[in-house]
Amino acid sequence: MLLSRTLISAAITTTLAAPVAYAETTVGGYGEFHYNNLEQTATSGAKSDKKMLDFHRFVLEFGHDFNDHIRFFSEVELEHAFVKNGSGADSTPGEVELEQAYVEMDIDDNSSFKAGVFLIPVGMLNETHEPPAFYGVERNLVEKEIIPATWWEGGVMYSGHLDNGVSYDLALHSGLNASDGNIRDGRSKVAEAAGEALAYTARVKYTGISGLEIAATVQLQDDLSQGTAAEAIGATLIESHVAYATGPFKASAMYAQWDLDAGAPDNKEEQSGMLVEASYKVTEKFGVFVRQSDWSIVVNEDKSQTVAGFNYWPHEDVVFKFDYQTEDHDNATESKGFNLGVGYQF
Amino acid sequence: MMFKLMLFFAGVPSSALMNVRLKAYLPVIFICLMCLAPAARAENIYQTSDDFVNESFAGKPPEAEVLWLQDDLKKQLEDILDHGYEGKRVRYWKQGQRSVWVLEEIGKTKPITTGIVINNKKIEVIKVLVFRESRGWEIKYPFFTEQFTKAGLTHEHKLDRTIDGISGATLSVRALTKLARIALLLDQQLKHS
Repeated sequence: MLLSRTLISAAITTTLAAPVAYAETTVGGYGEFHYNNLEQTATSGAKSDKKMLDFHRFVLEFGHDFNDHIRFFSEVELEHAFVKNGSGADSTPGEVELEQAYVEMDIDDNSSFKAGVFLIPVGMLNETHEPPAFYGVERNLVEKEIIPATWWEGGVMYSGHLDNGVSYDLALHSGLNASDGNIRDGRSKVAEAAGEALAYTARVKYTGISGLEIAATVQLQDDLSQGTAAEAIGATLIESHVAYATGPFKASAMYAQWDLDAGAPDNKEEQSGMLVEASYKVTEKFGVFVRQSDWSIVVNEDKSQTVAGFNYWPHEDVVFKFDYQTEDHDNATESKGFNLGVGYQF
Repeated sequence: MMFKLMLFFAGVPSSALMNVRLKAYLPVIFICLMCLAPAARAENIYQTSDDFVNESFAGKPPEAEVLWLQDDLKKQLEDILDHGYEGKRVRYWKQGQRSVWVLEEIGKTKPITTGIVINNKKIEVIKVLVFRESRGWEIKYPFFTEQFTKAGLTHEHKLDRTIDGISGATLSVRALTKLARIALLLDQQLKHS
């Protein structure tokens, strides 16, 4: 991106009509470093502290234009800074992930087709999650625990849009491997992912009014057991959200729900969550927000989180964040405390 | 896939849908999409720069002129862009109180070519001429660009109105807003008859 920006800066002075040359290969990236300081209280009343520093995400993006209608894009992520083979105490939380790697071909002015590894078109953060783009040190837990973001699969996707601001995506891709009903852990991350049962995703989105986004996604999973259960465990995800920004104000709300067929653990047949968030940009560089999230993965174990804080952007691509959170899990721990973060994109 | 999703929207229970084995359709879907792809055309050129200038002057454009960027003006451009700028001059077309500019700025990774008409220090027209990004396509449509009509520049070189953004298209919106500010700033440097 830096390379192309330099070239294009010069292009502002270029003449009419002549095609402007720009870099065929682009490099971008983003990252975020966090400090968490939380006090946790167990159901027994015992207290413990969670104080942690973590370079949560270090991401590099590489893209290449083969010509003006065929391109490649990729995103490689190092999560939690350090990866080491091992088990138990000898292991590290780090992961190296190929979150995107696809070839995209334009079909006409308003539609395209991609094949490879891509982000699932669902939710508000799954496709757009560069740190300067959202409030809160950590991403919201409804999208993390329910959807589950960040979520990528391998397959094919057709995307298009209409002149009135309606867009749509249809994808056929690898499915989850989660016969135990643990959706988030069921992401195979396209690492020799089982291909016995596929999944189908459709999204419709409307952005025809500036500041407004309304979207709905439906996904069907053929078999969460990937053929290992006697009877296929189908599953359906529905997600919808609305976001509206006008001037310094922005408000958004999202609901997501999984319905798992018979064969999944009885207490995980329905998993759902919702969130609402409001924010206000006091100045161009400083904004405050509050967010309420409620979700449930296991029957009768509701969870909720309230977060409030601010973002400070010293540069449009750099952000410093602070927030204070309280989190309550039925039949489990409660926690409260603050988080600090710095993030960037280029 | 479409059939299965249609059944879902028609209210067929998901458990019944799961029995619809569609893997056999995968090769067909691939082949269909691959057949469509060769029909792809060039990058999304909605209007050439020549046509935009001609249209802006009702088919009788004046000769192009060049504005040389002195150091202080260049610094102001860089402040708006929020990054360095290597150019030394900018081409424009001027007639009476109107001036026309064709400018480019990066959205996410690729330049957005934009035509801007300034009339009496206000934006008369802003139009995306070439859009090369995969996302942020909304900015090319009037439902977004109409917000700029009659916008002027404040003393702080900001637009005198708020431009509502588009979720997921922050960088494209940002690029177009910067170009609008730059066109207004450059127009202020001209001596209009």
